Amino acid sequence: MKAIITVVGKDMIGIMAKVSNVAAEAQANILEVTQSVLDGYFAMIMLVDLSAMSWDVDELEKALRKNAEGMQIHVMHEDVFTSMHHV
Amino acid sequence: MLNVSDILETISMIEDENLDIRTITMGISLLDCADSDIDRSCEKIYNKILRLAGNLVATGERIEKKYGIPIVNKRVSVTPIAMLLGASGGDPVKYAVTLDKAAKAIGVNFIGGYSALVQKGFSAGDKELIASIPEALAKTDYVCSSINVGSTKAGINMDAVAMMGKVVCETAEMTKDRQCIGAAKLVVFCNAPEDNPFMAGAFHGPGEPDCIINVGVSGPGVVRSALAKMDDRDDLLKVADKIKKTAFKITRMGQLVGSEAAKMLGVPFGIIDLSLAPTPAIGDSVAHILEEIGLEQCGSCGTTAALAMLNDAVKKGGVMASGQVGGLSGAFIPVTEDQGMIDAAHAKSLSVEKLEAMTAVCSVGLDMIVIPGDTPADVISALIADEAAIGMVNSKTTAVRVIPAIGLKEGEELDFGGLLGRGPVMELSRLSPSKMIARGGRIPAPMQSLKN
Repeated sequence: MKAIITVVGKDMIGIMAKVSNVAAEAQANILEVTQSVLDGYFAMIMLVDLSAMSWDVDELEKALRKNAEGMQIHVMHEDVFTSMHHV
Repeated sequence: MLNVSDILETISMIEDENLDIRTITMGISLLDCADSDIDRSCEKIYNKILRLAGNLVATGERIEKKYGIPIVNKRVSVTPIAMLLGASGGDPVKYAVTLDKAAKAIGVNFIGGYSALVQKGFSAGDKELIASIPEALAKTDYVCSSINVGSTKAGINMDAVAMMGKVVCETAEMTKDRQCIGAAKLVVFCNAPEDNPFMAGAFHGPGEPDCIINVGVSGPGVVRSALAKMDDRDDLLKVADKIKKTAFKITRMGQLVGSEAAKMLGVPFGIIDLSLAPTPAIGDSVAHILEEIGLEQCGSCGTTAALAMLNDAVKKGGVMASGQVGGLSGAFIPVTEDQGMIDAAHAKSLSVEKLEAMTAVCSVGLDMIVIPGDTPADVISALIADEAAIGMVNSKTTAVRVIPAIGLKEGEELDFGGLLGRGPVMELSRLSPSKMIARGGRIPAPMQSLKN
């Protein structure tokens, strides 16, 4: 199953590294990343494959939030987006 | 395929705009629990509810975690208890106590179905159940009751209407030390749907299958937010279109959650009720949507028109998103559960008369309205009759859930806390309808019933 990780917050060194490290620990395979830095604000959206992950989606979100404090992080199942935005 | 702005929009809807699944309700048929011995019947009921709904709350929580979507309530609705009472006789309150016990055991926060369908007249169990409502709702915490007194096909049972005015008063009286909360768990319907997942009017109709999952989505905040981003000069067609598209997204979420819940519980997926149901939380108000459309305050002239458009647009968007739309599906206008309504009631911009007009164009009725504690039972009966007439003639569901604030006068407030909210006592006409109510009998079915 795929999930979307979104990270929004003030730009600082190491955000990408922190998020990728947690994903690696959780055995979440990063498929695609898109990011932008606008006026000092960082927004990143990552598509991950969770089929090899043994953690709960909840646990992944908690670990990401703990590790990248100060950033707004959400992890959501891909189905939520595809069901809502496609006719 | 997936684009960035869609993703950010979804997250914003959930985090900032109060998008949620308002309820997952499991409907359970108790027809196979009927027994001529009431204690045996209660035992069978308890066991069946625990067997089928034992995992409901845990499943809801798992889905919440899986999708990151809040599922605010998990509830159960059952076969109208009057039907079982008809088979067993005995003290109906035993059934209420059993339902309450079962609800507490499985962890749901309401169980609906302490009900009777009496639109054409009374059958075995009906009168006894109705008479027992005040005690049943005072003795239990989670049981909800509903009585269907009319339908387009049958007309209005005015004997039942006369009874219900008294029952509403007594129910409030028996819980007067608890903010008259009994009356907040009692709904009088016309054209009650058999698959409505929302309380207090949820029951599992006799035409439904043995067990089913129904989902109630909601998201007034999302709709309001979408409208707030529009230009003030966008015409009403564009506004309706925006509401439609937003309702589509909201309903799709409900569809996702509902199918998942049904799969996990091994129970068929019934319907999505795509009603916009407000809560007292900031940003979760239907009244604020109407004000965003362009009214100074909810209750002004134009409110009925705006609500009609909103109600219709929600349905159109929702119907595209799901093949299984049912229940009430429209906009709810419960006064105490909507911050905008509470403010409008306090400011006297909103009156019961205006609310009555609004019920003609939206999905519920006179809902969660606090009325003076000394309102005569006849007046409440006549109010029920008015509301039932609107439903009967327009082939829609209407209902009355009013709370006589025992001991309080106009302007004072009842506060139920939590989702049931709070509200000021609203004025009602004091002219007497006693002679009409005393006549009883039936208001015959209108021409609209002859559709064949």
